[in-house]
Amino acid sequence: MATELAAKLEVVPAAETEAAPRRLPLAGIWSSLWPKLAAILLGLTAWQLIVWSGWKPDYVLPGPLPVLQRLTQDLTNPDFDLGIGVTLRRALLGYAIAVAIGSVVGILIARVRLLRKAVGSAILGLQSMPSIAWFPLAILLFGLNETAIFFVVILGAAPAIAGGLLNGVDHVQPLLIRVGRVMGARGLLLYRFVILPAALPSFAGGLKQGWAFAWRSLMAGEIIGIVGHQLSIGQQIQFARDFADTEQLLAIIVVIFVIGVAIDGLFGVFDAAIRRRWGLGGEA
Amino acid sequence: MSNNLLELSDKHALSVDRLTVAFPHGDRLLIALQGATLEIKRGELVCIVGASGSGKSTLLNVLAGLDRPSAGRAHVHGRVALMFQEAALLPWLTAAANVELALELRGVRGSHRRELARELLRRVHLTGFERRRPHELSGGMKQRVALARALAQDADVLLMDEPFGALDAITRDLLHEELERIWAESGLTILFVTHNAREAVRLGDRVLVFTSRPGRVGHEVKVDLPRPRHLDSPDLAVIAGRITDRLKQEMTIHGD
Repeated sequence: MATELAAKLEVVPAAETEAAPRRLPLAGIWSSLWPKLAAILLGLTAWQLIVWSGWKPDYVLPGPLPVLQRLTQDLTNPDFDLGIGVTLRRALLGYAIAVAIGSVVGILIARVRLLRKAVGSAILGLQSMPSIAWFPLAILLFGLNETAIFFVVILGAAPAIAGGLLNGVDHVQPLLIRVGRVMGARGLLLYRFVILPAALPSFAGGLKQGWAFAWRSLMAGEIIGIVGHQLSIGQQIQFARDFADTEQLLAIIVVIFVIGVAIDGLFGVFDAAIRRRWGLGGEA
Repeated sequence: MSNNLLELSDKHALSVDRLTVAFPHGDRLLIALQGATLEIKRGELVCIVGASGSGKSTLLNVLAGLDRPSAGRAHVHGRVALMFQEAALLPWLTAAANVELALELRGVRGSHRRELARELLRRVHLTGFERRRPHELSGGMKQRVALARALAQDADVLLMDEPFGALDAITRDLLHEELERIWAESGLTILFVTHNAREAVRLGDRVLVFTSRPGRVGHEVKVDLPRPRHLDSPDLAVIAGRITDRLKQEMTIHGD
C-alpha cells in the first residue's frame, strides 16, 4: 500500500525524462550541421572576395575554386596520399606513446607524494612550453630522423595528458572515495573502481588537449626538419613554399584543417558520451 | 557509565569504550568525541540524536574504519556498512552496477552478481530501475539504491549517518517503513544517526542523546512503543518532545 504509493510518487521524475520530446536523428544531425556549413560558405566567400579585390595577383593568392581543383587533383596522386599517411602514422604513433607515458606519469605523480612535490609544478610548466623549442636539441641528440620528431610530439602531448589525469584524480569527490573504502576497496582496487573512472571526464579533456599539442608539434617538426625521403604533409608544405606554389600550399592547409576538425569531432563525441554517462552538463 | 565494557559478550554487535577522537584544527586540537561509551546488542536498532558538533558522524566514521580513535576503543563484531546523508552513488554506473560493485568487492562471483543485485533492488522496491543512472533517479530512489548497496555488503552492522535528512517528509516516511521492514527481515544491527528526535523515536529500540562539544552519550531513552510506529502518533511525540528538551538544555549549557 504505502510502498505502492512510493513507487507512484517516485516514478514522476523518471517519467519526465522519458517524456522529453525526441526528435528524429536526421533532424538532429542537420540542426548541428547547417551552422557549420554556413560558416564554411561564409569563409569561402570572404576568401573569394579578397581574391576579387585584386589585393594580390592570382599566382600569389589563388581563389578557393582553383585550390579545391588542385586538392582533388592532389588526392588522386598516390604520392600525396602516401604523404598524408606518413604524417598520420607519425601523429597516431607519437600520440599513442604520449598517452601511455602521460598516463603512467600522471598516476605516479598522483600516488607518490614526494614525486608530486618534486615534479608536479614542472608538469604544468612543460604543458605551457611549446615543445618545438626542443626540436633543435632533439636533432642533435637523435639526428634528423623520425625519432627527433616523435620526441617533440611526445614532449608536446604527454604533459597535457598527465596534467588532465592528475587534475581528475585530485578532484574526485572525497565522499566517493569514502564510499569506496567502506565497500572494501583499498589501494589499487580503489583506483580501478572509483578514482580512475571518476577522473575520466578530466582525463578526456587532457587527451583532447594532448592531441592538439601533438598535432601542432608534428606539423612544426615536419616543416622545420625534412626527415627521411618521405613526402610528409609538412615536407610538402615546405616544397610548395620553395616553388612558390601557393595553390598547393593552400590545398595542403585545407587537408591539415580537415584532419584537425575531424579528429576534434571524434574527441567531441567521446567527451559528450562521457558527460552523458556521468550525468554532467545536463543537470548541473 | 561504570560498567566494564571490555568484557565483550557474543550478544554485542558493537561496543565503544571511552572513545576519544581529536582532529588537528589549525594549531589546536578539535575534540569531536570525548570518552564516548556505548554498546549495541545484535539485532538492535539504536538511534543517536545530537546537535551538530556532537561527534555523531565521527563515531560512525571510526566504527567504519574511516577515522582513527585518539584514545579508547571502538569495536564492531563482523562486517560494517555505512550510509551517508548523500546517496554517494558512483555516477557512471547504473543502479544495478552500483549494487554489483559492492558485491564484487565483497568477492561474490560474477555469475551471481547480476541476479543478487536484481534481488536487492527488488527489496528496496526499485524493480524496473536497474538500468537507470543516478542522475536519472529522484533523491529517495538514490537513497534506496544506496540502501541496496549497503545491504549488498552483507554487513552485520549497518551504520546510517542521517541518511534521510535531505528527503521530503513523505519519501522519508516511506523509507522509514522500508528500513524497518528490512531490519525485521534481516536481523541486521543498525546504528542510525539523526538530528531529528521524532525520527529517532520512530525507528529506535533505544535513543542515545549525545552531548555537544565534545560529544559523548548524555542520556539514554528506551522506546517501548509497539511497532510499527507512526511518526505523528501522540505517544511518540511525547517521547520525542522530552528528547528535544534535553537537546535544547544541552545547547544552552554550551552556549551554542
